[in-house]
Amino acid sequence: MYKSFLKSALVLGLGLGVPSMVFAEQEAHKLVATDTVFILNSLLFLVGGFLVFWMAAGFAMLEAGLVRSKNVTMQLTKNVALFSLACVFYYLIGYNLMYPGDTWSIDGTLSGVFATTVLEPVGVSAEAVADYSYASVGSDFFFQLMFCAATASIVSGTLAERIKLWPFLIFTVVLTAVIYPIQASWKWGGGFLDGMGFLDFAGSTVVHSVGGWAALAGAIILGPRIGKYSKEGRVVPIPGSNLTLATLGTFILWMGWFGFNGGSQLAMGSVGDVADISRIFSNTNAAAAGGAIATLILTQVMYKKPDLTMILNGALAGLVSITAEPLTPSLGAATLIGAVGGVIVVFAVPMLDRMKIDDVVGAIPVHLLSGIWGTIAVVFTNEDASLAVQIQSIIIVGAFVVITSSVMWFLLKATLGIRVEEEDEINGLDMAELGMEAYPEFSRR
Amino acid sequence: MKLIIATIKPFKLEDVRQALTDIGIKGMMVTEIKGFGSQSGHTEIYRGAEYAVNFVPKVKLELVVDSAMAEQVVETITQTAKTGKIGDGKIFVLDVEQTIRVRTGETGADAI
Repeated sequence: MYKSFLKSALVLGLGLGVPSMVFAEQEAHKLVATDTVFILNSLLFLVGGFLVFWMAAGFAMLEAGLVRSKNVTMQLTKNVALFSLACVFYYLIGYNLMYPGDTWSIDGTLSGVFATTVLEPVGVSAEAVADYSYASVGSDFFFQLMFCAATASIVSGTLAERIKLWPFLIFTVVLTAVIYPIQASWKWGGGFLDGMGFLDFAGSTVVHSVGGWAALAGAIILGPRIGKYSKEGRVVPIPGSNLTLATLGTFILWMGWFGFNGGSQLAMGSVGDVADISRIFSNTNAAAAGGAIATLILTQVMYKKPDLTMILNGALAGLVSITAEPLTPSLGAATLIGAVGGVIVVFAVPMLDRMKIDDVVGAIPVHLLSGIWGTIAVVFTNEDASLAVQIQSIIIVGAFVVITSSVMWFLLKATLGIRVEEEDEINGLDMAELGMEAYPEFSRR
Repeated sequence: MKLIIATIKPFKLEDVRQALTDIGIKGMMVTEIKGFGSQSGHTEIYRGAEYAVNFVPKVKLELVVDSAMAEQVVETITQTAKTGKIGDGKIFVLDVEQTIRVRTGETGADAI
């Protein structure tokens, strides 16, 4: 199931394309009127969309808690700015790049529609909506926009505490206007990955790995924070300023994920759909719990004391792991899939440090590595999935995002520069770039 | 008069305050400090990376007492703050030349 019925009808102005699948289901049951299906589907997108919107708050709090107090205002500024920019650029170009319908300029690879998003007119009648048998354009746009913004949020955490504000925001514009929508069209826009049989229910690859790859490219090109790795090659921990906020952020993300995965059922007009959404909510929750417990136990065993920051990462890794297939696993399987995500975090965080890749909030293990794991794990519970196709798709998307983001990062580095001055980094980005602190009444001990 | 400076484990502060009040001590100064002695720090792990905690949190007490009471005060602190484990702290005893109460101008033992 992909997300483009609606768009094909709208963009081409065809009006009343009726997807045969939905129609057949209606015939079989004759229980839910078409009006009701339209209303329930649109409602699912709207409720799902505002839950995913709230994930922006989750990312902001998580990142504010895991950076030092001298960089908190900057991290919050980046989060609100990147979300807002994603909203504008997804409207201006992204949505139609992602859902070309039948209008491709390169078949299955590049949309042929370069235009802004147009909603249905005010007070539209059943006869005049773009797709009466499905859902309103506005609900679909609102829902999809939030996924695009989530992708951009992933990048800001990794590159925190040393990247300049404006070059980072320019990257966000390119990511949300072009990079994310183009690769998303390959799967959710009905492009060539979809044609190959690639399965990614809510975006372990399409959303999370994409953010993770862009963050990885950025982290390597930007370099680590001053003092993170000593001259002798030792890793120097830089504790976050507020684990209370980081925990709140994690719970907000956990909640938002019900909309992220549940909404990606994309339909709520039948008993089957509603039962499936219920499975998805339960599995999504189970995977987060599995990830958190795995990290709780592993950090206790390996380090003698549980590490809260890793447990938070573990819960999120569990959520990312289940995102590619939250429907078919049993509750037990979902818990295990999430637990493996937690294990990935515990081993990947020190591994990245050994490679001197400084990922401030752990977004690379959580979103990239667990995203890859989740995409592969689809084959364990969904017999329609092919391991070869899943791996091929991971590599294709990865290569595209790494190449395009690296080009952007290098361009920005060569022109504006992406890194703040040494003195500014040591004094903190809050005073250096913004002239205000998040906690002006706190003194540093 | 003597100035007694004692560094103790923070969790023992309340016990020590109570014990000193019980023997008639009427005032003291308390500061949260960090330092190292023979305990000389320890290591912790954050996100898989080990780091040294070189300075251990302690509480510093400063109190001025009549010379005749100094020994009893030192003994009370020693008994109350003692756990027997490394890091229990140290006590220093210094001579004090003069004490003046700001409000009344009293000096010497009357000002304590």
